Amino acid sequence: MSSRIQLERVGQTFWVRGDDDKRLREFVALEGVDLDIRAGEFVTLVGPSGCGKSTVLDLIAGLAEPSAGTLAVDGTPITGPGLDRSVVFQQYTLLPWRTARANVELALEAKGGLTRRERAERAGAYLDLVGLTEFANRYPHELSGGMKQRVAIARSLSYEPEVLLMDEPFGALDAQTRERLQEELLAIWRRLGTTVVFITHDIDEAVFLGQRVAVMSARPGRIREIIRVDLDREAAGETDLRASRQFADYRHQVWSLLREQHARPTLTEVAREVHRVA
Amino acid sequence: MSPSAGLIEERTEARPNPRQEELAHAKGVSQRRRQAVTVGRGVAGVVTLAVLWEVAPRLELVDPYFLPPLHTVMEEWWSMATSGELLRHLKASLVRSGVGFLLAIAVAIPLGAAIAWYRPTRELLTPVLELFRNTAALAILPVFTLILGIGETSKISIVLYACFFPVLLSTITGVANVDPQLLRSAKVLGLSPITTFRKIVFPAAVPTIFTGIRISGAAAILVLIAAEMIGANAGLGFLISYSQFNFLIPKMYAAIITTSVLGLAVNYGLVALERRFSRWRAA
Repeated sequence: MSSRIQLERVGQTFWVRGDDDKRLREFVALEGVDLDIRAGEFVTLVGPSGCGKSTVLDLIAGLAEPSAGTLAVDGTPITGPGLDRSVVFQQYTLLPWRTARANVELALEAKGGLTRRERAERAGAYLDLVGLTEFANRYPHELSGGMKQRVAIARSLSYEPEVLLMDEPFGALDAQTRERLQEELLAIWRRLGTTVVFITHDIDEAVFLGQRVAVMSARPGRIREIIRVDLDREAAGETDLRASRQFADYRHQVWSLLREQHARPTLTEVAREVHRVA
Repeated sequence: MSPSAGLIEERTEARPNPRQEELAHAKGVSQRRRQAVTVGRGVAGVVTLAVLWEVAPRLELVDPYFLPPLHTVMEEWWSMATSGELLRHLKASLVRSGVGFLLAIAVAIPLGAAIAWYRPTRELLTPVLELFRNTAALAILPVFTLILGIGETSKISIVLYACFFPVLLSTITGVANVDPQLLRSAKVLGLSPITTFRKIVFPAAVPTIFTGIRISGAAAILVLIAAEMIGANAGLGFLISYSQFNFLIPKMYAAIITTSVLGLAVNYGLVALERRFSRWRAA
C-alpha cells in the first residue's frame, strides 16, 4: 500500500503582476527539482516561506501541472488528482455541517463501491485509529484544532491511498498538541506503511518525522540538499528524543543549510554595523 | 459596574475560555442573562404600548375618532374574525404572497447558482440584474398592471419580482464565497462538479441563501399590501384602504394589526426553518 514518487527536472512558473511597476512577468516558483521518494518512505520537505514547498505538493497531488519536467507515481505520469494520493491541508478542510464521522464518510462516498453501513464502519475504524472514537458524532465547531486535524487525517487515510501528502498539517496547532500528533502520525505510518511527503517550515518537525529531510532554497525554489536522518523514533514515547545529542546534530545541519541561504543580514550583524557607523 | 457601561459590560464579562469549557465538558453561562427576565421585560414593553393605546384616546390626548381605544379595535377584530370576513382577506393575501414567494425561490436559487458557477453567465447577467435590482418593485407596478391587468397574475408577479432579488443575490454570494480550500479537497477526492455542488457548495451556501429568503419573506408581505391598496377587491391591503375610505376606523386598525402579526409569524417561521437547516453552526 505505498508508491514510489519521482520528480525529474520539475519546474513551475506563474504569471504575476509586479507590485511596483504593475508589469506582467514570469515568476519562477520551482526550477529543476529532482526528487526520488521510495515506496513507503517518510520524506519531509523543509524550506523558507515562499520557496515553493506547497507547489511541489500541489504538483504531486495533481492539483496543478508543471511548466517543465515530469512527475510520476510508480512510473505512471501524474495527470490529475487521484484516489491513490490524498492530501491533508494546514487549514482544517472539514465540512462544518457534517459530523466527524460524516466527514470521513465523504471520502468513502467519493471512492464509491461501499454500502452506507460499510462506510459508517470504515469511518468509525479510522476515527479509532486517530483516537477520536468518542467524538464521531461531533460537529467540527465542537472539536479543538488538534481534533479537527485528526479527523482530516482519518479522512485522508480512510480510502487507503498509496501516498499521503501533508501540507504543514500541524502548523496551526499549539506546541504540545503538535508533538503528540507527530508521534501519532509516525505510529500510524509504521502501521500502514504509506508513502508520506510532509511539508513544514519547522526544522524540529522535519528532523523528527523524516527518514530523509529535503532542504529547499528559495528564488527559485530548488532542492538544496537531502539529509538522511537515522533516529530511533520508536523510543520517542518514553525518552525525549528531541533533547538527544543526535537530534541536535541533525537539527543543526538543517538549520545551517537554511541559514546559509539567508541573504539578509542577521540582527547581530545589523547591530554591529550600526555600532561601527556611530 | 456603572450602568452607562451597558453593552461593554455585557460582552466583556469574565467567562471560561473555550479550552476550559472543553475540559469541563460544559458551557459558560452568564449570571445576568436570565431568560425569565428577558421575556418579562419584553412582555412589559408590549403591555406598556397596549396600555398607552387604550388610555391616550380615553383621556383625549389624541382624537378618539382617528385613534380609537385598543379595546374598540380588538372588538372589531374579533367580530371580523368570527364573521369570516378577516379570514377571506387574509386568505387572499396569503395565497398571493405565498405563491409569489415560492415561485421567486424556485427560480432565483437555480439561476443564482448558475450565475455564480459559470463565469460567462455571471458576466452577461450581472449588469442587467443590477439594473433591475435598483428598480423598486412598486415603481414598476404600473407596468405589471398594464401588461397583466389588475387580476391575481399582476399581484403575484409583483411579489415574485420583489422576492426574487434578495434570494438571487444571496445565492450568488453564498455560492461564490464557498471556501476555496473545501473545493481543493473536493478536487483531491476526485468529486465530479455535480457532486461537488451537491455535497459541498450548496450546503455551504444554505445559510447565506436563507438570509435572502428572510428578507424576501418580509418583502412579500410589504409589497403585496401596497399593491392591494392600489388595486384589488380582497386582501389585507384592500381591507385597510377600503376601511379608511369609508371611515371604518376600528376596522382599519384591526386590519393593520393583522398584517403586523402576519409579518411577525412569517419572520419567526423562517427563522425557525433556518435554525433547523443550520443546526451544525456554532452557537
